[in-house]
Amino acid sequence: MSYKALAEIIGEADKEGKLFWEIILDEDCRESGTSKEESFRKMLYMYTAMKEADSNYDASARSASGMAGGDGKLLEEYRKQKNRLIGNFLTKVMEKAVKMGESNACMKRIVAAPTAGSCGVIPAVLITYEEEKKVSQDKIVEALYVAGGIGEVLAESAAISGAKGGCQAEIGSASAMAAGAIAYLEGGDNETIAHAAALALKNMLGLTCDPVGGLVEVPCIKRNVSGAVNAIISSQMAIAGIRSKIPPDEVIDSMRRIGSLLPECLRETGKEGLAITPTALGKLKFNDL
Amino acid sequence: MQLFDIIGPVMVGPSSSHTAGAVKIGYVARKLLGEPVKSAEILLYGSFDATGKGHGTDRALVAGLMGMNPDDARIPDSLKLACDQGIEIKFGSISLKEAHPNSVLLKLEGENRRLEIVGESLGGSIINIASIDGLSANFSGDYPTLIVHNNDQPGHVAEVTSMLSHKSVNIASMQLYREHRGGNAVMVLECDQEIPEQAIQWLKHLEGVEKVTYYSLNKEEKER
Repeated sequence: MSYKALAEIIGEADKEGKLFWEIILDEDCRESGTSKEESFRKMLYMYTAMKEADSNYDASARSASGMAGGDGKLLEEYRKQKNRLIGNFLTKVMEKAVKMGESNACMKRIVAAPTAGSCGVIPAVLITYEEEKKVSQDKIVEALYVAGGIGEVLAESAAISGAKGGCQAEIGSASAMAAGAIAYLEGGDNETIAHAAALALKNMLGLTCDPVGGLVEVPCIKRNVSGAVNAIISSQMAIAGIRSKIPPDEVIDSMRRIGSLLPECLRETGKEGLAITPTALGKLKFNDL
Repeated sequence: MQLFDIIGPVMVGPSSSHTAGAVKIGYVARKLLGEPVKSAEILLYGSFDATGKGHGTDRALVAGLMGMNPDDARIPDSLKLACDQGIEIKFGSISLKEAHPNSVLLKLEGENRRLEIVGESLGGSIINIASIDGLSANFSGDYPTLIVHNNDQPGHVAEVTSMLSHKSVNIASMQLYREHRGGNAVMVLECDQEIPEQAIQWLKHLEGVEKVTYYSLNKEEKER
């Protein structure tokens, strides 16, 4: 059985005297009947696949609709400029998030985390963290268990698909998962991990899923950037000692309620919002819509 | 939901439902056919039909029919690969009654066999095979699955289940459907273990059993 609340995971960790990520590892071993080594290897494979997808980015690739591709290269070039407003770490996070989103739109191999549409958020922050902070790959894999545990609770108690909960359930979930992972890497305790996730999710509540043409391109790709950057700032707030005034599990329940109140036209149907702007409809001739 | 459904799967984009799920539908269909596909008529319904092109649903389905998995980097080129191998592919649209918005009707022909299935992509690359050869079925392709078409008469369920018990195969879920009393019936059994080949052959020879289809999780394609 998956955990239904972050408080359950933290309670279990306190009882067992274990870390957040170890509780999720134990749970996977119980659920899938594998050894700890096998589970860890599988998670390492997921991380390796994320890194492969990142380094295989093809700046010349364009999606079938023609709307997606090439923006990752622009950020890569921008990162070389000396007079940038923001630092290297954050610029790199943005670049990797766009690249992964574009690779996904261009039918490249990616890792859904939690979904294909939000596949850029977690790798963007974790790969950048490994590269810039020089931590071990194993440590990043542990952080992926933290992200996975938060994601399981979100899937069980709220939603992780745009069709069910809107974009808050996809990019919002990915952002909350990544925020918890970074909080762990930065030495945050279990409480800090949960609050980092809550702070990230709160910033994403209400976000609708209104993709142009129903495709995972506009605005999805750039939302990966905002989800990734939001994960960083939320984890930093939590590490600084800021706490979500609304407890993390109550934030998650809010996401569920908001998701079920969103009209269908704003849940991955391409029938409202950005999807029906004159420009969006003009772009769709390729698809005989 | 399992941990590696959250962090994972590794897949070719852009959509878990319209791309990865579509590959899986094709893959399961190919395995159910039990031999290489020679020709396929692919009829898309609902959102598969409306947004399939932009999501690569067409290429994903064909990739699956060729035995590729959702993480196969050759998926974007599947139409060309199929053409090179002389597989005949025809696309169209269809209106299905009470179908899931992401549905496809696949009409497949191999060297010796034909198969018609309706596959639905439920989201998050989870799929459901909704019908086989016009009769209801409901299974995910996540378990070894036995599908028996038989005449609706007493004893067939007992024959099948006692065979499974004899082979120490545990049943995870079981469904029964029939057209009408005494007509065509189908049972769909999702199992925790693989069913031995000879047991499946034995079932095929039982009186009143019209067709036995077996979906194995084993990667190696074993032709029957």
